[in-house]
Amino acid sequence: MAERPEDACGGREDDLNMKDKDAESGEMELRETALRSRHAELGARLIPFAGWLMPVQYSGVIDEHRTVRSAAGLFDLGHMGQVRVTGPDALPYLQLITTNDVSALSPGDAQYSLLPNEQGGVIDDIIVYRLADEPGYLVVVNAANHAKDVSWMQQQRSTRPELQVDVDDVSESLGMIAIQGPTAAAIVAELTETDLSGLEPFHCLRATVADLPVIVARTGYTGEDGFEFYVPQEQTVALWDALFAAGASRGLKPIGLGARDTLRLEARMPLYGNELADDISPIEAGLGWAVKLDKGSFIGREAIAAVKESGPLRRTVGFQLLERAGSARHGYPVKLDGRDVGVVTSGAHSPTLGSEIGLALVDADVAGVGRPLEIVIRGRPVKAEQVKLPFYRRARD
Amino acid sequence: MESPGDRKYTKTHEWVALEGDVATIGVTDFAQSELGDITYLELPDVGDTISLDQAFGIIESVKAANDIFSPVDGDVVERNEDVVSAPEMINASPYSDAWLVRIRVADPKQLDALLSAEEYAELAKSSAH
Repeated sequence: MAERPEDACGGREDDLNMKDKDAESGEMELRETALRSRHAELGARLIPFAGWLMPVQYSGVIDEHRTVRSAAGLFDLGHMGQVRVTGPDALPYLQLITTNDVSALSPGDAQYSLLPNEQGGVIDDIIVYRLADEPGYLVVVNAANHAKDVSWMQQQRSTRPELQVDVDDVSESLGMIAIQGPTAAAIVAELTETDLSGLEPFHCLRATVADLPVIVARTGYTGEDGFEFYVPQEQTVALWDALFAAGASRGLKPIGLGARDTLRLEARMPLYGNELADDISPIEAGLGWAVKLDKGSFIGREAIAAVKESGPLRRTVGFQLLERAGSARHGYPVKLDGRDVGVVTSGAHSPTLGSEIGLALVDADVAGVGRPLEIVIRGRPVKAEQVKLPFYRRARD
Repeated sequence: MESPGDRKYTKTHEWVALEGDVATIGVTDFAQSELGDITYLELPDVGDTISLDQAFGIIESVKAANDIFSPVDGDVVERNEDVVSAPEMINASPYSDAWLVRIRVADPKQLDALLSAEEYAELAKSSAH
């Protein structure tokens, strides 16, 4: 048996391929999160990811995926980056370097946003938090783009000396853990006096959880209810242990990057490097809702507006395979009637749907729910149909 | 899971058990563990001829698709349809219920060149993460 490299996870620098990176990792200096010892104790399979040694699975990708959908899962997100933006001009600065409208944030709000480049492509996708009762904002960035983003943000500040703003990378001082799933709220409720039932999605607050000072945000990357916690780095293990113990009777399991990817795909959440890149417009990625052209001037605004005005040449669509031929994967060609029409940006077996799903960036003229596509798997065009997104939406009470 | 002593092994993590001139082929416990959750299986049809060291099938997991290599020359006399329908059986029972194909071998002596259970266990140990 031997792996087919073209049919392996990712294929990009920070991919989830478990095998060959081990040979290289001796050369790479991998960073470790505060939870490294916990992962070892839990029997995690660790892989290099974005310069970090991270758990890709514990009990298995499918088991972990199902656990998050039916109970709850705990995620180590210590590899992600956090940047504090403060000062009198924090708002105009952030308005300039992001696509969404930062002025819409009231204290305690959070918003999904994009860092655009001058050409109207995407540097990273981010969450911007405005904490209640304190000035400034917290910007959370992807691990894979951390250095790039901070460098970009500093550059955009230093070339505008008239702006009074401080941009501080606080990633080293903050640990980050997520708990996601239908039982997450009940688990967390046992560890805090604060009534979190009123904490709406995309809102945040400071609270004491497990006797620890944390920022709690009702955000996540799974399509389930849940929370992301920001905690002083040295308290990360204590928070993990407390959540783990409280969750034991509610089916809580640790979740690796493998299931994190299948969960976000089912919920149609983009992954930078797949659906987003510096040469993909937010409009093509289907993220026009995170772009507020009317907010005023921002980097790349004219380029993005032009794509919106003329209509994008490419669109991101969801598909499901109609034949059993294996999984669609990132980079697989997409054809229709023998013509090349695009590429698969993400693909995987969907444990919830029991089918093979994916997202593809295709010529706008072939896009449309219900319309056909052919995904080329190991040289053979496999019949697929475009489906409504998201693939999975959780039941709301 | 220990490598059963009643069969031979390949360097590419297949196992072969011979009865008369029919060889049953599967993949090892080490293989299924490295692969992770298996989601798809492609096997040759009954009647197909397969050759030594030829890729005759595909096993795909959440992580990657893998070729399965034949340890013998022969003709496919049976394929395990249960496993084709439920490839996750390979994760659960790689040495028993999740056999993959049965081959009528032209030359049973081809198995002499393969690894014993002890030799395979050594190989697996040194390949492990």
